[in-house]
Amino acid sequence: MDTNAKISLRDVNFFYGKAHALKNINLDIPSNHVTAFIGPSGCGKSTLLRTLNRMYDLYPGQRAEGQILLDGKNILDKGTDLNKLRARVGMVFQKPTPFPMSIYDNIAFGIKLYESPSRSELDDRVEWALKKSALWNEVKDKLNQSGYSLSGGQQQRLCIARGIAVKPEILLLDEPASALDPISTARIEELIHELKTDYTITIVTHSMQQAARVSDFTAYMYLGEMVEFGKTDVVFTNPSKKETEDYITGKFG
Amino acid sequence: MFSIYNRRRFINKFNLLIASLSMLLGLLALGWILFTLLDYGLHGVSINMFTKSTPPPGSVGGLQNAIVGSLLMSIVGTMIGTPIGILAGTYLAEFGQRGWLAPATRFINDILLSAPSIVIGLFVYAAYVATAHHFSGWAGSLALALLVIPVVVRTTENMLNLVPNTLREAAAALGSPQWKIVTMVTWRASKAGMLTGILLAVARISGETAPLLFTALNNQFWSTNMNAPIANLPVVIFQMAMSPYDDWHDLAWAGALLITLTVLGLSILARVLFKQEKSSH
Repeated sequence: MDTNAKISLRDVNFFYGKAHALKNINLDIPSNHVTAFIGPSGCGKSTLLRTLNRMYDLYPGQRAEGQILLDGKNILDKGTDLNKLRARVGMVFQKPTPFPMSIYDNIAFGIKLYESPSRSELDDRVEWALKKSALWNEVKDKLNQSGYSLSGGQQQRLCIARGIAVKPEILLLDEPASALDPISTARIEELIHELKTDYTITIVTHSMQQAARVSDFTAYMYLGEMVEFGKTDVVFTNPSKKETEDYITGKFG
Repeated sequence: MFSIYNRRRFINKFNLLIASLSMLLGLLALGWILFTLLDYGLHGVSINMFTKSTPPPGSVGGLQNAIVGSLLMSIVGTMIGTPIGILAGTYLAEFGQRGWLAPATRFINDILLSAPSIVIGLFVYAAYVATAHHFSGWAGSLALALLVIPVVVRTTENMLNLVPNTLREAAAALGSPQWKIVTMVTWRASKAGMLTGILLAVARISGETAPLLFTALNNQFWSTNMNAPIANLPVVIFQMAMSPYDDWHDLAWAGALLITLTVLGLSILARVLFKQEKSSH
């Protein structure tokens, strides 16, 4: 496999106030592949994801140290434009979070932030994003209805559509299917498969099976440390560390 | 072996009884006030109330000038106070996480919220009326605006705090600058709640007498000149109720009824709006 690193973490440490949540993380996230972060609750996998678009910056008292190189440029530098960074690094959250506006506007909102498309270009883009996230057929006749009128699984796919509509380079998925039923989950996993040709995807998941199904690479974390990182088939079938094996086989966690 | 159970049952019943009695006492007082108000107020209600200005004692008249004056000052006061209140409340909820300015503002706003309204009236008297050398509708509006601001600040902040942070994160994750998150997402999400706050503020100012006594004063005649003393319901009620004339008393009761019903209507509207907001999420 051709694996250029899209994001490289070098000695990354993260603090919630005084609590040391990530300890000396070193990691290369390969371009155009799916990388899964697994580990027990509180191991820092979501925290790690939230450093990649500096989402933690919204809150006082949270800080990261070290280097996170996105295409070779350190995004932890003081001068980084966070809005532009987040336009390049999209994120989908655990709970669906539609905006209080129509389905159409939910997607148009992000596009209009950095582009000024004509009405027809915007229409095309919304349709493209909804098709890509396998929602188009269900909503094409009610684009003007509120985003809240959709079911949970549809709302989550709307959020994914919203995330890819702005054409980011990287997509961060924070347990995107944990609140969904198996059918919606399967849809979203299919979607992840399709999307990785265009995007670099990282996914945090509590489901070992999901990690095995969707990811090319897996990182196992425990207590804020990166225990093992490698190709998913290797990590799952022949892990190099005892802890990883215990967690994957269910002896622990 | 059930003795502890029986004792707890008894304590539970006893406390429930005390609580219910306290509630009844409160309701009784409220019911009494409303009943008296209706009983006396309905005497003075007639079409004249809306079509004639306040009369000299002994002649036929109404409250038209006072109703119009009250409306004018409430509208102007709300229009001045609401934008300031919304912007300040938004600052507190959305931008004030770091530094000392937001906690200090919140603290001062809480003081303003519970300040006696007569103090506000005296402040506007000293700052505006005394320097302009005349009472005026503008001064009254200003005093009312100062009462609107803390209410709107508080409700706006509370309503914005109810918006889940995940929604802000979701907008930020698309690369949205913060002002767009606020105007496009969080304001929309708490629209009805913020509107409720404004209605409550209007309800609060529509019955205030004290801040108007020193600012708008009163005017026996029809006037819409905001730069001169202007009639208003609370002060008219106050002066008529203090007078020895029975026909003035009737008008004062009618005016009090009118204010009470207006406030009741606004409160109900606020509740309905807020309920709708809650059920739409």
